[in-house]
Amino acid sequence: MVEQVPLNHALIITTLMFFIGVYGFLTRKNLITMLISVEIMLNAVNLNFVFFDHYLFPGKLEGHFFSLFIIAIAAAEAAVAIAIFINLYRNIRSIDVEQVDKMKY
Amino acid sequence: MSLQELLLLRHEWALIASVLILLVLELNFSEEKKSNSISSASILFAIVTLLGFLPAETGSTFGGMYVTDPLRILMKNILNISVLVVFLQSGAWLRTKNNYNRITEFYLLMISSVIGVNFMISAGHFLMFYLGLELLTIPIAAAASYDQYKSKSAEAGIKLILTSAFSSAILLFGLSLLYGSTGSMYFSEMEFSTNSLQILGFVFFFSGLGFKISIVPFHLWTADVYEGSPTNVTSYLSVVSKGAAVFVLVLLLVNLFDPLRQVWQQVIYGTAIFTMTIGNLFAIRQQNLKRYLAFSSIAQAGFILLGVIGGSALGMASVIYFVLVYVFSNLAAFGVVIAIEQSAGKINMKDYNGLYKTNPRLSLAMMLALFSLAGIPPLAGFFGKFFLFTAVAESGYFVLLLIAVLNAVISLYYYLLVVKAMFINKSEFPVPYFQSDYPTRIALSGCVIGILIIGFYSPVFEYIKQLCLASL
Repeated sequence: MVEQVPLNHALIITTLMFFIGVYGFLTRKNLITMLISVEIMLNAVNLNFVFFDHYLFPGKLEGHFFSLFIIAIAAAEAAVAIAIFINLYRNIRSIDVEQVDKMKY
Repeated sequence: MSLQELLLLRHEWALIASVLILLVLELNFSEEKKSNSISSASILFAIVTLLGFLPAETGSTFGGMYVTDPLRILMKNILNISVLVVFLQSGAWLRTKNNYNRITEFYLLMISSVIGVNFMISAGHFLMFYLGLELLTIPIAAAASYDQYKSKSAEAGIKLILTSAFSSAILLFGLSLLYGSTGSMYFSEMEFSTNSLQILGFVFFFSGLGFKISIVPFHLWTADVYEGSPTNVTSYLSVVSKGAAVFVLVLLLVNLFDPLRQVWQQVIYGTAIFTMTIGNLFAIRQQNLKRYLAFSSIAQAGFILLGVIGGSALGMASVIYFVLVYVFSNLAAFGVVIAIEQSAGKINMKDYNGLYKTNPRLSLAMMLALFSLAGIPPLAGFFGKFFLFTAVAESGYFVLLLIAVLNAVISLYYYLLVVKAMFINKSEFPVPYFQSDYPTRIALSGCVIGILIIGFYSPVFEYIKQLCLASL
């Protein structure tokens, strides 16, 4: 029997993933990459839910269901976001976030 | 599940039915009569709003995921009324040439978002809460980029959808930590003891919700999104979406997070001060009225946090009362901005110079709205602020109270700037005299009547306070 990975290690991974996502969101210049960074954050959350379910509350399914719902909603969010990006691209021919600066202060 | 239980979801059923009816109706309108959906949507929504006022059963269903009680029904009714006002104000804008083919889309997006609001307020489980929150935000992001040919509108949509996705990811991370430490997502089953994992989870959760209310460290999207979106969507954002988030915040903090009171009182103490001060100071230098109202709404959010801090029934009642007043005042102010933008295409403060000479009634409505936002005595806004300050004093935060009063004085200055522009400043080219359409006038006069009456009619506050006491 292989020894199980402890919960701490799993949580360190998810926390790292989450903050990698935050870093990417704050530093990236391309709108699509920013969206991908948000997806990384959401996936970290999904993993968190699944890990907690697996390690701490083995009988419960709440965490699993929550992560399924998060996946579905992230897809919906990405669909709307990309539709808006296309709209922006038609207007200014760019999806660079530096170009999205018509309004300031 | 019995029919009785299904009828608990009456608000939601009515809204879902109105979405479906609207979709089918639109198919039957001929190409030249697409604008019929404006009136039919408004009438449908008026019926939905009236249905909400019928006496209702209370209880919970879906195994405790959905909860309804008189307080929540009151919140939903307040928000329904404000959406109705937004609908009445948006007819003229939707009839313009660019929007003519997509009129129904606007209403579908708005009503879907209201469904999200309703589910969010009635949530008894964090899954329901999250679904409601996303259903509230995603359609609004689409509506914010409704003006297809304006890059500003697309920019507003992008800023809204990215910040809301980011903030909901933060909120979810907090929720996952709370789940890990309590083992449940049902509000009734979660047990809090102040261990550090729960505090961390709560802070993440609060920051996520803070984006929606635009509390200060998380307010940076507000002004840009408010400026870029079509003005009708802006008024929805500033009133309904913010109001719903505030209601949920109050419900959760006072009921669910009560054991963490020591923590959230400190969090709110700091954010309230920054939100009020920064909102007010930035509002002073704005020339664009939409940005100006955005910063004013940030400052108002700071005042709202004051009522939350006590966590008492009085505080809760004062928050709900303040939101009720804020809804009417803000919608009146936005109504005037929308009317002038439609007729003259101007939204800068100096375009309002000499407005009183040409459009006296409109400038009177604007003046009442701004005075109510500033909290000048005979109007409802004064009583709203008065109750908030009473709640703060009751819980003993006197330094906070002093800062709040100082901020109220600062806010008076910039609210009066617009009044001065309208009544005193002279202009060679004032906005010419115009008459807006009937629905807009009805909505504006309704708001003005609300501003004048709610303050003096004391049973309103008594009723809210009674409901809050019952819900604790």
